[in-house]
Amino acid sequence: MGNFSGYRRADPGAQPNHLHPAYVSSIKRAPSKPLVYLPHTLSEITGPSFDSSMIDVKASDLTRQHHGEPLGERIIVSGRVLDEDGRPAARTLIEVWQANAAGRYRHNVDQHNAPLDPNFDGSGHTLTDEQGNFRFITIRPGAYPWRNHYNAWRPAHIHFSVFGPAFATRLITQMYFPGDALLPFDPIFNCVTDEKARNRLISIFDWETTVCEQALGYRFDIILSGRDSTPWGK
Amino acid sequence: MSLQATTSQTVGPYFQIGLARFYVDDLTGPGISGEGIEIEGCVFDADGQPVPDGVIEIWQADAQGKYPHPESLEELGSIQENDPRIKEHPRVGPAEGAFRGFGRVPTQPDGSFRFKTIKPGRVPAPDGTLQAPHIAVSVFTRGLLRRLVTRIYFPHEPSNAEDFALKLVEPGRRHTLIAKKLRDGRLEWNVVLQGKNETVFFDC
Repeated sequence: MGNFSGYRRADPGAQPNHLHPAYVSSIKRAPSKPLVYLPHTLSEITGPSFDSSMIDVKASDLTRQHHGEPLGERIIVSGRVLDEDGRPAARTLIEVWQANAAGRYRHNVDQHNAPLDPNFDGSGHTLTDEQGNFRFITIRPGAYPWRNHYNAWRPAHIHFSVFGPAFATRLITQMYFPGDALLPFDPIFNCVTDEKARNRLISIFDWETTVCEQALGYRFDIILSGRDSTPWGK
Repeated sequence: MSLQATTSQTVGPYFQIGLARFYVDDLTGPGISGEGIEIEGCVFDADGQPVPDGVIEIWQADAQGKYPHPESLEELGSIQENDPRIKEHPRVGPAEGAFRGFGRVPTQPDGSFRFKTIKPGRVPAPDGTLQAPHIAVSVFTRGLLRRLVTRIYFPHEPSNAEDFALKLVEPGRRHTLIAKKLRDGRLEWNVVLQGKNETVFFDC
């Protein structure tokens, strides 16, 4: 029937399996039965949208949410949200969260013995523009220990949540930093076999984003599933 | 295709910092018609332990079966006015007023979650039938590197028998997708991530 077409499915190798034993928390939480293939219907090719009235314009600058300046290295993270065919995801909601420069989250579960920063919440959001561009100003997050295995440390990262145009394109990911010595040891970063896919989670130091005498810039493009070229029933 | 979709990563234990601003536990409101419902449940791991660090997102049509999404209009644009599907599927079109169709709640320390919404109408399936009323669900938790996708269906709903998606599921597991009616009219729908009575999750 008609012109509906779904979105492309995860590329094996580029998307993690739910069970990834090196990431110990997956062991009791990953489903044991195979997923049931669901052809996309109107329910999956539509999805939530957010408009500018719901957005706090100040929320894209994580360094200006309090009276004082947060401690740490100020950075700018910019990028585009595109689909696999290079089409921009316009006006889509991006939410970010992260640890402070000392590697501590403003969250009651985080008991890491590192100081909270009274001037840093580590939370931001924005809408992409018509071309899918976004830009956050923040503080470079610190690495922090976790209890996955002995002497486990997460590399510095920023969590990104993106909607895209459809329920089917919903994505939550993490952005890492180039040259982080912890990357080879992190089971979350290393959750996929495709090395190129993994390395695309690492932002790129970018002179274009860098602002003279202000902040180093990093570029992180986010790619969402593209539209299937074959409509249903054809 | 020239690019490849970005690798998914876990929400981790601290998603509250980033996702709380857009928590929505009540999809009802003035000008939104339909049968008000409350859905509550709990997320469990393989040991039957509650999962206190998860977040559930829902996406649903309004009571007339319309999604508040431009796709509905685009699809309508590709259909000629005399197309029989217009008659068959008057539900393709803009949703009612303030209805946004989106909900997001974190699980509580006891693994529980709760939404207040309206029962969605039926929406078209790819095979030309109408789907049974359902809510699309994403489950994110610490430990899940990728979201899990599932659906909530409604009890005592004759259309479940011919539903496009339910028919893809082996009969013995369909019950995991269908909410139970509690005595006071509220609905209970649980998520079992792994093990006995494991919820059906879709490759979506």
